Amino acid sequence: MSDAVTALGGARAGGPLATVEEAPLRGMVTLRGDFARVGGAVREAVGLGMPKTRQILTMRDRAVAWMSPDELLLLMPYGKAGAVVTLLEGALEGAHFLAVDVSDARACFRISGSGSGAREVLARLCPADLSPSVFGPGEVRRTRLAQVPAAFWMDDSGDVTLICFRSVARYAFDLLANAAEGDAVGFFPAS
Amino acid sequence: MLILTCPYCGIQCDETELAPGGEAHLKREGPGSSDAAFEAYLFERANPMGVHFERWRHANGCGKWFLAVRSTTTLEVYGTYKAQTPEPPAEIVAAIRARVPGWGGRA
Repeated sequence: MSDAVTALGGARAGGPLATVEEAPLRGMVTLRGDFARVGGAVREAVGLGMPKTRQILTMRDRAVAWMSPDELLLLMPYGKAGAVVTLLEGALEGAHFLAVDVSDARACFRISGSGSGAREVLARLCPADLSPSVFGPGEVRRTRLAQVPAAFWMDDSGDVTLICFRSVARYAFDLLANAAEGDAVGFFPAS
Repeated sequence: MLILTCPYCGIQCDETELAPGGEAHLKREGPGSSDAAFEAYLFERANPMGVHFERWRHANGCGKWFLAVRSTTTLEVYGTYKAQTPEPPAEIVAAIRARVPGWGGRA
């Protein structure tokens, strides 16, 4: 068995606005199905309830993110993804659903900056409204990062975790690193 | 720039986050239909100057198709609703009539 590595070997870049860092490998499982039926299986697999629209629920190293009206993204330690898929398949047997381990199909970045630094980095690349009154901790936003799709969420400290397809990891990292350079515009009030 | 509210995830999406899907509420003419009806289904579009019903997909977001009504001249958006809606909902029609009193209905 070959060693699993991240797309960019933990690349890191920083600017006055924020630090961009490739996150270590993380287990990710996509679950699609009828939300009215999958709640019990999600609780069994990762110990979390069902998120509301656009919400992400986090508990230590596990999380459940709302991706669309019939799709969830479950996050767990890298080595646990296979076991989570097995648990979901057992719990949902007979139902119409899809559970796939997508850990190796994704790249994951951490964007941390003081004040609203991470917000500004993303606002330079995404058409999303990132003002604190619209986007805040606990919410997942799927949008466009320049030319590629991406999803991100913010934790209570204001740092952002962003995921995109692994095949565009270098492109996404270079975008973020470039956006983190240069001084703050100060458009967003410090959150 | 168009800004449409996705009825599935509630996000106000910039046009660049969406993929256009052409005219909405087309009735599919399948096997057994007349040649004329099939040709009309394939090629004939309303192309109005004014109120237009359109399909859009939240391609860089939740990935769902939805329907939107907007003016092709002013880009004013009258409303969006889910794709699983065979006819424009009453509140959408009311919103159009409130803004365009002389609207003659969907072509």
